[in-house]
Amino acid sequence: MNRSRYTRAAALGATATLALGLAACSSGGDDGDGVTITWWHNATSDPLQGLWADVAAEFEADHPGVTVEVTGYQNEDLQRTLIPNALQSGDAPDLFMVWPGGEVRSQAEAGHLMDLTDVAADTIDEIGNAVMPWQVDGAQYAIPYAFGATGIWYNKQLFEQAGIEETPETLSELEDAVADLKEIGVAPIAVGAGDLWPAGHWWYQFAISSCSTETLQTAIPELDFSDPCWVEAGERLEDFLAIEPFNEGFLATPAQTGADSSNGLIANGNAAMEFMGPWNAGTIGSLTTDGEVPEWLGWFPFPSIEGAEGDPGIIMGGGDGFGISADAPEETVELLQYIMSEDVQRRFAETGAGIPTHPGAADAVADENLAASAQALAEASYVQLWLDSALGPAFGGPLNQSIVNIFAGSGTPEDVVATLEQTADAQ
Amino acid sequence: MTVTQAAPPLATAPETLEAPARRKRSTNSRKWLEIALFAGPALIVFVAFVILPVALAAVYSLYNWNGLGPLDRFIGIANYQRALSDPLFLQAIGNNITIVVASILVQGPLAIAVALLLNRRLRGRGIIRALIFVPYVLAEVIAGLSWKLLLSPRGGVNALLEAVGLEHLTRPWLADPDIALWVMFGILTWKYLGFAILLMLAGLQGVPQELHEAAAIDGANWWQTQWRITLPLLGPTIRIWIFLSMIGSLQLFDMVWVTTKGGPVGATNTMAVYMIQYGQGQYGYGSAIAVILFVISLAVALVYQRFAMRRDLAGAVTSGVR
Repeated sequence: MNRSRYTRAAALGATATLALGLAACSSGGDDGDGVTITWWHNATSDPLQGLWADVAAEFEADHPGVTVEVTGYQNEDLQRTLIPNALQSGDAPDLFMVWPGGEVRSQAEAGHLMDLTDVAADTIDEIGNAVMPWQVDGAQYAIPYAFGATGIWYNKQLFEQAGIEETPETLSELEDAVADLKEIGVAPIAVGAGDLWPAGHWWYQFAISSCSTETLQTAIPELDFSDPCWVEAGERLEDFLAIEPFNEGFLATPAQTGADSSNGLIANGNAAMEFMGPWNAGTIGSLTTDGEVPEWLGWFPFPSIEGAEGDPGIIMGGGDGFGISADAPEETVELLQYIMSEDVQRRFAETGAGIPTHPGAADAVADENLAASAQALAEASYVQLWLDSALGPAFGGPLNQSIVNIFAGSGTPEDVVATLEQTADAQ
Repeated sequence: MTVTQAAPPLATAPETLEAPARRKRSTNSRKWLEIALFAGPALIVFVAFVILPVALAAVYSLYNWNGLGPLDRFIGIANYQRALSDPLFLQAIGNNITIVVASILVQGPLAIAVALLLNRRLRGRGIIRALIFVPYVLAEVIAGLSWKLLLSPRGGVNALLEAVGLEHLTRPWLADPDIALWVMFGILTWKYLGFAILLMLAGLQGVPQELHEAAAIDGANWWQTQWRITLPLLGPTIRIWIFLSMIGSLQLFDMVWVTTKGGPVGATNTMAVYMIQYGQGQYGYGSAIAVILFVISLAVALVYQRFAMRRDLAGAVTSGVR
């Protein structure tokens, strides 16, 4: 009898604890007089993680009573899972990474982002044109701290061995280079089609080379893919695939993990070229034996395509911005302005983690390849955002899969356009 | 297997409450209080974290929803129509079914055979048992990444084949759409066979030695003993393993995600992998996929329990053994 009473008491206790525990989940947040700013970014390793931690500490020192809780999360987890969930739950971080194009649009339209147009007007002016992909209907919802171009990263030593004296400027020169590199027994180009998006970028590039700038400017916001140039993009990709320029087993090759990833093949000298964004020096560097960015790594912009309708001066790129939650404390705007200041941007440039957006920080880019990429960006006649970013989160998976189907020989250029149209219809 | 004691009746029927007056009523209300106290917390957690999400997913699946704004674009069953007309999703369902069937046909007999072998007295039995169980203990991600590295074009498997003069067998194992699903099935068999063997071994412990002795006296040979005594008595274990295996195969996600992400070109896609890849940014559609996966799993589970496991659940076989 006694025993069962104890059991019951214990069960009651457990129930109460559980109930209290559930209740405790809903409280928390601001404590007392001080203001707490939560800041989520995508830097999970130094030097960038350290830089953001320093920036947060400096801001705290300058603003007594303000606490900045800064956390770095893995990029895709952060953008695809953590931030959408936090926004939906109504418990969003105050300052967080925002991708341009479709993502900033959907978050702004749902009322989750603070309109920065007036409160951060000075900063927006200083940064200049790079802020445009983070505007929605003329209002500024996030400010980029990094923006870079996608281009071809290559191994200068292998180019030399293959007797390639100058980096290709036209597609046919690129095809000649592929043939020369095959001669010396290396994979001419590495592509991580197993992760889908790296293959996607090839089609995006052929698309922006095939479509006129006017078509790009109307088709993407209106989701109208009726122009024949969208099919042409796939046809050009098919023609390029016909010379078999990519590494063996590219359909299952990941982009950044391990020696057999496309980054790994470059790092180990098993492949000569890779078409990638500005982060590539860092991710290749992390896979070399000494963990350093190889000295033989070079960069050149994607070659122009003879006879294509697209603007030859066009370049594809993208970047990372920070946006502020609609109900964040007002100090968050000051923190964002501090992050975007010339001083912090110069320090960002010195880390080599990316290309800063502040014009005053441009000369602080130490890495030669990033400097070349930044220069190409500055000289470009038009900068097209990566198409999956520009179109929005719902497009990435289906679009990239249909592009990989072309890589595998099981899909057609028309299929890609059909996928785009179907996804657009479901929006 | 052997716990077959009937549960005490939880509550008496309402009619019996009226006649024998107060004392009985107070016992009854105490009983209800007890039930509420003990079952309540679990029930609350179950409803809040299982039933409610399932119901919400069913609601979301009727909307076009990007996960950010309000739920205001009702589109009826359009998400379901889209899913069931997408060849990639149909291929994913087909892959799930292939893995369900292949697991039962290949892993089942293999596990029983190994369990029979390991149930006999032999030198180093403990070590062999432990070794067979190692893959199952290994974390999915570690096992998946290891296989991914081994099976890559420049990986260990191809290097081994070259080293022993079998160059013609080398291939990009996980990058060839024609064989990737079978390679994936091989990895899954390697990973989960240990669990099946462990279950079968446990089942074999429940087969009484006396029956073997009796059969031996009757002149049955080894095959006859296995076929007529061991296997029928192992039946409940086999049926519960088939059940677990089917549900696991239908919901397969982690191993595929780590090794191939469903590629190449959907060759190893499963419903769950498809849900993650296509539910990003379109949570209504992702919810529809989740509901389809749930309905298929539930239907399989109910039909199987109704027809294949009925006797096991009623305790008929076990009470016979006892």
